[in-house]
Amino acid sequence: MSKTIGDVILDLQNISLRFGGVKALTDISFDVREHEIRAIIGPNGAGKSSMLNVINGVYHPQEGIIIFRGRERKKMEPHQAATQGIARTFQNIALFKGMTVLDNLMTGRITRMKTRFFEHALWWGRAQREELEHRKKVEEVIDFLEIQHIRKTPVSRLPYGLQKRVELGRALAAEPSMLLLDEPMAGMNVEEKQDMCRFILDVNDQLGTTIVLIEHDMGVVMDISDRVVVLDYGKKIGDGVPEEVKNNPEVIKAYLGASH
Amino acid sequence: MFYREAGQFKSSYAADQQLFPIRQDRIGVLLLLAIAFLVVPFVAGEYWFSAILIPFLIFSLAALGLNLLTGYAGQLSLGSAAFMAVGAYAAYNFELRVDGLPILFSFALAGLTAAGVGILFGLPSLWIKGFYLAVATLAAQFFIVWCLTKFPWFSNHSSSGVISTQKVTLFGYAFTSPREKYLLVLTIVTVLALAAKNLVRSSTGRAWMAVRDMDVAASVIGIRLMPTKLLAFAVSSFYCGVAGALYAFCYLGSVEPDGFSLDLSFRVLFMIIIGGMGSILGSFLGAAFILLLPIFLDIALPWLAGALGLPFSNATVSHIQILLFGTLIMFFLIVEPHGLARLWQIAKEKLRLWPFPH
Repeated sequence: MSKTIGDVILDLQNISLRFGGVKALTDISFDVREHEIRAIIGPNGAGKSSMLNVINGVYHPQEGIIIFRGRERKKMEPHQAATQGIARTFQNIALFKGMTVLDNLMTGRITRMKTRFFEHALWWGRAQREELEHRKKVEEVIDFLEIQHIRKTPVSRLPYGLQKRVELGRALAAEPSMLLLDEPMAGMNVEEKQDMCRFILDVNDQLGTTIVLIEHDMGVVMDISDRVVVLDYGKKIGDGVPEEVKNNPEVIKAYLGASH
Repeated sequence: MFYREAGQFKSSYAADQQLFPIRQDRIGVLLLLAIAFLVVPFVAGEYWFSAILIPFLIFSLAALGLNLLTGYAGQLSLGSAAFMAVGAYAAYNFELRVDGLPILFSFALAGLTAAGVGILFGLPSLWIKGFYLAVATLAAQFFIVWCLTKFPWFSNHSSSGVISTQKVTLFGYAFTSPREKYLLVLTIVTVLALAAKNLVRSSTGRAWMAVRDMDVAASVIGIRLMPTKLLAFAVSSFYCGVAGALYAFCYLGSVEPDGFSLDLSFRVLFMIIIGGMGSILGSFLGAAFILLLPIFLDIALPWLAGALGLPFSNATVSHIQILLFGTLIMFFLIVEPHGLARLWQIAKEKLRLWPFPH
């Protein structure tokens, strides 16, 4: 089944972000359509991670408008982005190291949990029922990512590749409508990359999740993404389907350097 | 060989999520509770109740409170003694000013008062972390003790803020003997420990641990940092407050503000460091270690000196006791920086295989 790409759900207009005198992002506009895989690429320090941080509310741009699902977004906190269905993974794994895989994934569902702490203290009744309900959902994610065998393992004991997968799992556990992936394949070997690609494509295909992806592996980016936006020194220098971007002279210059 | 979960299959998530998933643990805990409730009251003497068991349980409760905050939610605090003081003085005042208030209500209200004060002094945690937060909680330590000394209202105008606690009565029944007080304390501690265990296995506990391990990721997942941290301060202070009330009512009988000094805060902190951060069991083990080891050395050292015929004076013995205590703390921290609870866990993993190497 070929997926159908829907309307624009996230529209970023003229975003500028400064830290003191440092301009991280300058006047960047692009949009993300529903169900698509949108890649953000660019050399180191181009502002890719800052862009993701802007999307999920960790950074607040000084200028520009963000329209998410038809509504202009005011300044907001990261947890609000989570409740709106935006989940993400981090460039340097940001798992909860002292907790097991299962607990990490259960934490991913926290915005969907309704019981309060005094019910938790009592446990019996609503808290337990809710816990079981969410456990079922989490087990589906565990099955999907094929990590059944490490369910009860503390994440700090896992190898890097598996930690990356668990982090994806934690994001998926929230059943997000939009998933932001910050270099999901960094530091992986070919086999692990293939696995990760398959998971990303499956998520996109089976669950219809919109994916915004930062990745350095050009082969992967060109293969799996629907559209690509290219940043360099905080400015947008290219935007379009992979073919277009590949042949864009500005992009080639940014990556390979101009001949002088 | 005996401690092994082989053959114990879980066929539902409910069975997998119970408090003690391994049968031997369940039996062990029930056995321990049965002994504490049914056997100890009939065999232990007065000295055991009032000098060992009651303080052990009370300090376990305080350590448990601090462990929820520091071990689980990752917020370092040096104010536990202050929150205990709030609990002690609040319970005293509730008993004093509300006629015929059942003692359990006083204790609960004392806990709630401490929780309120805890939230107030937890506010700095929204902006600062780690050692800086610890220094900020020192403010609670000094301010509260000063407050209780300065304003005579809190101690009903007694000299230098000393309060003598009222009788411990519940619906007309007076808890007077150490045995009765022990049972009261044991019940309260058991209920609160169970509640703590439930909290940390539910999403409240996961939110705390998430904030502890990686706060940026926690907020991106949808955890609101402010309420999560403040809840940790509130619950922790509630536990410390109840512990303080029990400390005054069931252990000492009369307390003064200076009794809740920084020294006491440090003791509670050492208990969770030695016992194990982020472990309910660790709170109890740590309290036992810090509290009981000096008592044990007190008894054992003079006996040993006498048996070996060494001409040690009492002063020398007490010096040796302090030295030995410090050495043992260092020894345990080097052997296992994650505390006694972790040692116990390692022992259990070994026991699973015993007598086979793999």
